[in-house]
Amino acid sequence: MTQLALIIDLNVCVGCSACVTSCKEWNTSGSAGPLVDLNPYGPDPSGTFFNRVQTFEVGTYPNTQTVHFPKSCLHCEDPPCVPVCPTGASYKRPEDGIVLVDYDKCIGCKYCSWACPYGVREVDAQRRVMTKCTLCVDRIYDESLPERERKPACVLACPTNARLFGDVHDPESEVSLMIREQGGYQLMPEWGTRPANHYLPLRKTSIRIHDDQLVRADNPLKKESRLPKPGLEEPSLDDVTSW
Amino acid sequence: MRPAFSVIYLTTLIGAGQGLFLALYTSELYSVLAVLPAQSGRAFYALGSALALLLLVAGLIASFFHLGRPERAWRSAARWRTSWLSREVIALPVFMAAVFTYGALHFMGWNPVLLTVGPGIALRVTLVAGTVGVVLCLTLFVCTGMIYACLRFLQEWATPLTVVNFTLLGCASGFTLATAYAAYAGHGLVHFFGGWALILTALSFAGRSAALIRNARLRHKSSLQTAIGVRHTHIRQISQGAMGGSFNTREFFHGRSAALLRTIKWGSTILVFAVPAALLATAMSGQRPALLVAAFVLQYLGLLGERWLFFAQAEHPQNLYYQAA
Repeated sequence: MTQLALIIDLNVCVGCSACVTSCKEWNTSGSAGPLVDLNPYGPDPSGTFFNRVQTFEVGTYPNTQTVHFPKSCLHCEDPPCVPVCPTGASYKRPEDGIVLVDYDKCIGCKYCSWACPYGVREVDAQRRVMTKCTLCVDRIYDESLPERERKPACVLACPTNARLFGDVHDPESEVSLMIREQGGYQLMPEWGTRPANHYLPLRKTSIRIHDDQLVRADNPLKKESRLPKPGLEEPSLDDVTSW
Repeated sequence: MRPAFSVIYLTTLIGAGQGLFLALYTSELYSVLAVLPAQSGRAFYALGSALALLLLVAGLIASFFHLGRPERAWRSAARWRTSWLSREVIALPVFMAAVFTYGALHFMGWNPVLLTVGPGIALRVTLVAGTVGVVLCLTLFVCTGMIYACLRFLQEWATPLTVVNFTLLGCASGFTLATAYAAYAGHGLVHFFGGWALILTALSFAGRSAALIRNARLRHKSSLQTAIGVRHTHIRQISQGAMGGSFNTREFFHGRSAALLRTIKWGSTILVFAVPAALLATAMSGQRPALLVAAFVLQYLGLLGERWLFFAQAEHPQNLYYQAA
């Protein structure tokens, strides 16, 4: 069974928010309908986003590290938002595991957003229905696009390749390989929602350089000199070969 | 969570309506069992049911203000197999129909004896209709409470105490209202209703106190560490991905001070439990209906505060992602 998901490499994300803007652009002009902005030029702007990049500072000064943390719907394998929906507007597609909202059925009761521990569902203030990341479902199956572009807008926009897209149930897929090899993890595992999206942890990028790597290992005396030449009496290469 | 007034009105109004209906039914059951003297007034039950129905309708109307798309509310009964909200949407109108039937049977005086059990215990049509109503009433209490109790990561709500307290507080306010109603109707049931109102108020005080103590001692399972998956003891948020507010900051934060929460906690505790108990005890000895009405009104106001606090106290795990601007 297919379970499409995003893999986000925190080690690579630089927090440029290209994924945020491309997501907003695609979903505003795409079949998901406009994502409304409230008061965009006023003192207190607000709007609907499917994806946001948050920033955290880990550690205490001066030993700190900045973590840019993109967050969108995790397309849980056991999504708590689906069973609570009274109308069936919130559903998980069995064929590819994408969690979607049927905007024509949604009554805007917000119950699913209460039921989501990750806070990735947002009510669109103008359309008055619940909205969420669709994994660009209208894009990834669009046969009119070249195959390499059949990916979510955020994945295509990421300048550092921090986002990967694929089937996490296929053990041979690139994303499964990354999860296995880089130690991919899920958010809030304590609630048993089994998010399909995984994050790849921050890794140490420093390397330990030993002295013998700086100095040629085949020069044990640590001394550069002219290449030794054989003496006149000693056999030369010509003497030991038989041509 | 940000308390939604539509939901606060919904849960408190239908709770009082359900309690009032249970009070009416209890008095009829007791008179059938000859514990109380037989009740003659047809109008008493009919009017009482109408009053309960009025509260239920008011609650139903209030609930519509919670919806973004109220014109589609009819769709919300679809997922009764999985959603407690859907179950409540079904249980509420069915219970209203039962209350209407119960009141209408009394109003029309159509009340033949179906069965006679033992010496002089006659099972009448109204009693059967009322029993069906009681089952539906308790179903509705469970559905309403479970809407909140089933959200397992809202740990303040995810406890059987939520269902118990919704039920007990609804019953307490309903019986207080029944006492006031009986006093105005000049009925002899003031002491019966008032006694039960006192007992239910005491029981709900125990239940609510248990919930408040539990919530004060609660340890949240999620932390910033599990939320972003970074195992470091010191993490500080420096950006939440939006310069202004968002749905997440509006919906899940009440934005009130801890002092206000404390004030509402103690104020609602006094209004819901102490004041009505004192007024009930005073009024029952002197048969002063105005005091009983005051007891109900003050208890209801306290319940609004209590329900507000119920929402405000719930810490949603998503708040971990919105620790600082």
